[in-house]
Amino acid sequence: MTATPDQGALQRPLQMTINGEHKTLTVHPWTTLLDLLREQLDLAGTKKGCDHGQCGACTVLRDGKRINACLTLAVMCEGAELVTIEGLADGDRLHPMQQAFITQDAFQCGYCTPGQICSAVGLANEGRAHNRDDIRELMSGNLCRCGAYSNIVAAVEEALPLIKGARP
Amino acid sequence: MTPFSYHKPASLDEAVSLAGPSSRFIAGGTNLVDLMKENVERPEHLIDITGLALKAIEETPEGGVMIGALVSNADLAWHPLVEARYPLLAQAILAGASPQLRNMASTGGNLLQRTRCYYFYDTGTPCNKREPGSGCPARQGLNRMHAILGASDDCVATHPSDMCVALAALAAVVHVHGPAGARQIPFADFHRLPGDTPQRDNQLAQDELITGIELPAEPFAAHCRYIKVRDRASYAFALVSVAAALQIEKGVIREARLALGGVAHKPWRDPAVEALLQGKPASTELFTHAADALLQAAKPLAQNGFKVSLARNAIIRALSEACAADNSLGEMQ
Amino acid sequence: MNSVVGTPMDRVDGAAKVTGQARYAADYPQEGLLHASVVSSTIARGRVVKVNSEKALQVPGVVAVLDHTNRPHVSSYDDDYSDDDAAEGSPFRPLFNDRVLYSSQPLALVIADTLELARYAGSLVTIEYSQQAHQSDLLAALQQTHEAPAETPEPRGDFAGHFAGADAKVDVTYLTANEHHNPMEPHASTVCYQADGSLVIHDKTQGTQNCQEYLHNIFGLPKDKLRVKAAFVGGAFGSGLRPQYQLPLAVMAALHLKRSVRLTLTRQQMFTFGYRPRTQQRLRLGVDKRGALVAIGHDAIGQTSRFEDFTEHLVEWSGMLYQCDNVALSYRLAPLDVYTPLDMRAPGAGSGVLALECAMDELASAAGLDPVELRKRNFASHNGNEGKPYSSKELLACYEQGAERFGWARRQATPGSMRDGNQRIGWGMAGGVWEAMQMKASAKASLDSTGHLTVSSATTDIGTGTYTVMTQIAADAAGIDVGKVTFKLGDSSLPTAPLQGGSFTVSSVGSAVRQACLTLRERLIERARQQRPDLASEADTAFTLENGQVKAGKHSVPLAELLAVDPQQCLEVQVEANPDDKRKPYSTATHSAVFVEVQVDDDLGTVRVTRVVSAVAAGRVVNPKTARSQILGGVVWGVGMALHEESQTDHALGRILNHNLAEYHVPVNADIGDIDVIFVEEDDRVVNALGSKGVGEIGVVGVAAAVANAIYHATGKRVREFPITLDKLI
Repeated sequence: MTATPDQGALQRPLQMTINGEHKTLTVHPWTTLLDLLREQLDLAGTKKGCDHGQCGACTVLRDGKRINACLTLAVMCEGAELVTIEGLADGDRLHPMQQAFITQDAFQCGYCTPGQICSAVGLANEGRAHNRDDIRELMSGNLCRCGAYSNIVAAVEEALPLIKGARP
Repeated sequence: MTPFSYHKPASLDEAVSLAGPSSRFIAGGTNLVDLMKENVERPEHLIDITGLALKAIEETPEGGVMIGALVSNADLAWHPLVEARYPLLAQAILAGASPQLRNMASTGGNLLQRTRCYYFYDTGTPCNKREPGSGCPARQGLNRMHAILGASDDCVATHPSDMCVALAALAAVVHVHGPAGARQIPFADFHRLPGDTPQRDNQLAQDELITGIELPAEPFAAHCRYIKVRDRASYAFALVSVAAALQIEKGVIREARLALGGVAHKPWRDPAVEALLQGKPASTELFTHAADALLQAAKPLAQNGFKVSLARNAIIRALSEACAADNSLGEMQ
Repeated sequence: MNSVVGTPMDRVDGAAKVTGQARYAADYPQEGLLHASVVSSTIARGRVVKVNSEKALQVPGVVAVLDHTNRPHVSSYDDDYSDDDAAEGSPFRPLFNDRVLYSSQPLALVIADTLELARYAGSLVTIEYSQQAHQSDLLAALQQTHEAPAETPEPRGDFAGHFAGADAKVDVTYLTANEHHNPMEPHASTVCYQADGSLVIHDKTQGTQNCQEYLHNIFGLPKDKLRVKAAFVGGAFGSGLRPQYQLPLAVMAALHLKRSVRLTLTRQQMFTFGYRPRTQQRLRLGVDKRGALVAIGHDAIGQTSRFEDFTEHLVEWSGMLYQCDNVALSYRLAPLDVYTPLDMRAPGAGSGVLALECAMDELASAAGLDPVELRKRNFASHNGNEGKPYSSKELLACYEQGAERFGWARRQATPGSMRDGNQRIGWGMAGGVWEAMQMKASAKASLDSTGHLTVSSATTDIGTGTYTVMTQIAADAAGIDVGKVTFKLGDSSLPTAPLQGGSFTVSSVGSAVRQACLTLRERLIERARQQRPDLASEADTAFTLENGQVKAGKHSVPLAELLAVDPQQCLEVQVEANPDDKRKPYSTATHSAVFVEVQVDDDLGTVRVTRVVSAVAAGRVVNPKTARSQILGGVVWGVGMALHEESQTDHALGRILNHNLAEYHVPVNADIGDIDVIFVEEDDRVVNALGSKGVGEIGVVGVAAAVANAIYHATGKRVREFPITLDKLI
């Protein structure tokens, strides 16, 4: 491409709900959901590990389903209900998955953790994990370089029965 | 990413009318956004088709299933109709990507995935597929992941999809819509071999849009198996994958389908090899014979010779397990 | 008060990490922040003729494009670029001149209003080169090596003679791969430009003071104008031991523009600096009829860059893990047109013990001995390299307890004799060793009048649990409830601490924390006795601090009264802790025995590590929960090293090409089976007052060898080139 288009003219309005809060925003079409959260909304709990859908650190819940925010264009989230790691706890009361991650020491550096937890909540919503091997496979979209995998499996196992609405 | 304009058409015709040489359709975006970040794709206009009514999975009057192009990979794999009638497809989808990506990626988009060849992705290197005429360093370079079948001097890339391997075996039909209206493309004809135009992955015109995938009524639910061999247990592209589907009556193979992934520029299927299997009692010898026939034309590169024996073993394994499988849920259909 | 050291306390920073409140280097919002993006070389060696940045500069929102021709002034002296973990030679100087030393070297920096614009504008920068021939292949450079500038132990005894006369022997060569650290958090620096021109920098680092010193030397800024922080570090594994290029580049941009700037490397760029180097290692081992080692030879060649000689402790382990009188070790380097390698989790031991322990397995086969038995027979209570006894070495207990837990006794010795359907089962084991070091470190303890104790040191917590274990150590030493203790770290303005690495943080910083808190307690008791004679006769141990009262026996005194004389009513103690002289006559090390079960698919060659037992002797374990996590992580790393990890270079281009997390494979959850961790009791009164040796490295050492040995046991095939991908097994 030779000439850079007028960036301002390309901006788009965007309405979505983030962690229960209705947001009216203006975004460039090339802004990813991840960059919107991190750079514009100061929701830096969602992490950028690879920016290419290869690590899962940016996992958030869109309409209850886990997705990679890094490969999602923000402009395509019109009307979506988004939950990020910042929106899981009920005030000071941690979400059961968050508590289980602490109890089982399911993280070390903590960088992949928001994505792991959102992913695990998404897994609970899907209701397809029936045993440890299922959890291992269905949590494989989230890399953990510290190698906390066995504790992550233990945490998910611990939290699954405690999550309201989770399908067995 | 290079700046682009964004459009969200409300109808199929509007979507198609917006398309041009510098535009791309976007649905799940899992591959396109990735490539745009790598500067491999630099569209000036993105046409968001997620507002189109292409999200249904429905039975066809002929007893098959019609899958809307916008159905997510996860919804497709876990749809009761697919689980019951096309477990091969469910297995293949669930062997691919990650749960997050499967929630995002669309059925139509899965067909349009581009190769994972290192050189294609790295704009700091030549690549005929990315920049026609610039050369193919993979041929003499890192080619462990590359094609053993159907490659050309210009390109040795492989198609990365798992879902497509199953769709090839199931003889799916791709429904597309363009300015001239709708047309249907048999799956076997949809993807193309690289030849001297590796920049083109498939037969779709710039302004054509996939609207759906039709699965014909197939008798393979009871005996099918998708095997994916990769470098780690999950979340990795296939070195070799096999979709095997059999219809068996009293120990005799009535009909057989066999497709390979990870070995060519497109899912690899040879009706002549499938014919070899038909009408014969299932046996390891027969499966071995079929595997050898399918791989007869293999031309491995310096680093991917192992794919020939790996594919051979995987074919035999997949056929044997398909044979032994009894997806009783499928039988009831 | 009950001791909290030794209890499995939850992480004190756990809530921050599970709620997304823990901020890492790129997570700090800043008014008017600019974003930078690096443009990297596409050639491996040559010169930059021209950087064409006009198109990028025309993009509205792009503020500047820096390259070697227009960057701010920086020092030209090698010494100024040196740091606490520098290798010998001339450190890399980003944007210094027109020289291209390796493929993907940073050559230009685009600074723009937004991250997306910086990235886009970076894609518009083109670079003209004058290219030179390069070499990036270690195997093609084996004839152009030189001796590594490492203190490799001198030969002892007569290796050649005893190897020739050994009753059973092996002479085997192993190849290990280049591996990149790939912490989940990419390297990033947020440089906050202050009104007075000083800089507050959030950096991804394992040493804030190392970075501060480095910037001070390069840019000539006074240290009081440079504050480097790292409150949370998203993994590092060694990648943060040296300041990486995003830091000086971000500072360059900030100084040039007098604005706050953030630079986050892309995942691809995470493959453009240090890494665990590829090695070729020849092992020659011989035993006599009794299975006693009579000869050990370990000759290694590692790759390095043309500008620095990176060395690690690669071969030493072969002279210290086992008893042997005839040992010859050598270590050479092959310079290539690549970036300098860097310490990576268990540097040296990761690769060196891998080769040694695979060779020991081969030797066990050659000698007809069980692999555990061979190791037991060659147990060394002295470190042969140093001629000193080990302060403690419960390695025999590791073998025994690990074997017991694993069920090793049920192993059928013949390779390929255990199977489950089309899966061959293999059981393998290996030993591990890592040094138990201690560095000089400082800590400050500060007690306020509410009874809250704040302890600080400029160390970091890269996920190891530093926040938590220091809190525990402080609580015990000060005799204060752990809930009333806060540990602060990750700030160059705090008391001096060494780099966080080498498993010496608990030993070094923990000792300082302990001493500071013990001293603080002593002073408090002294004061209490002075002010209240009725407390004078109470024993030290009788004193407690609860609810703002210092109590002993029946008497008590309000803490506020005791602290009234102090500035801000805070009692402060700062100490510097040094390794005790009593360490000197001893060799100090951690040890492990790792037992692994694999399943190898007969036809497909796929390997699954189904079961691991790791028995570790590391002295006293401060927090069994976080320590266990360290070992679990180490095991995962070992599995990756054995089966997955390899930075693949196209040598014609001199370029790493699987520079992403889809094709640079680290293990995923589904790759990891059951892992059982045993901490063997080990009482060590020498290593430090805590008796604790550190567990960051030992967990990985030996694991890859145990996996390889298990694969041999399953298949009868010795694969000596790592990683053992399935193509090597079919």
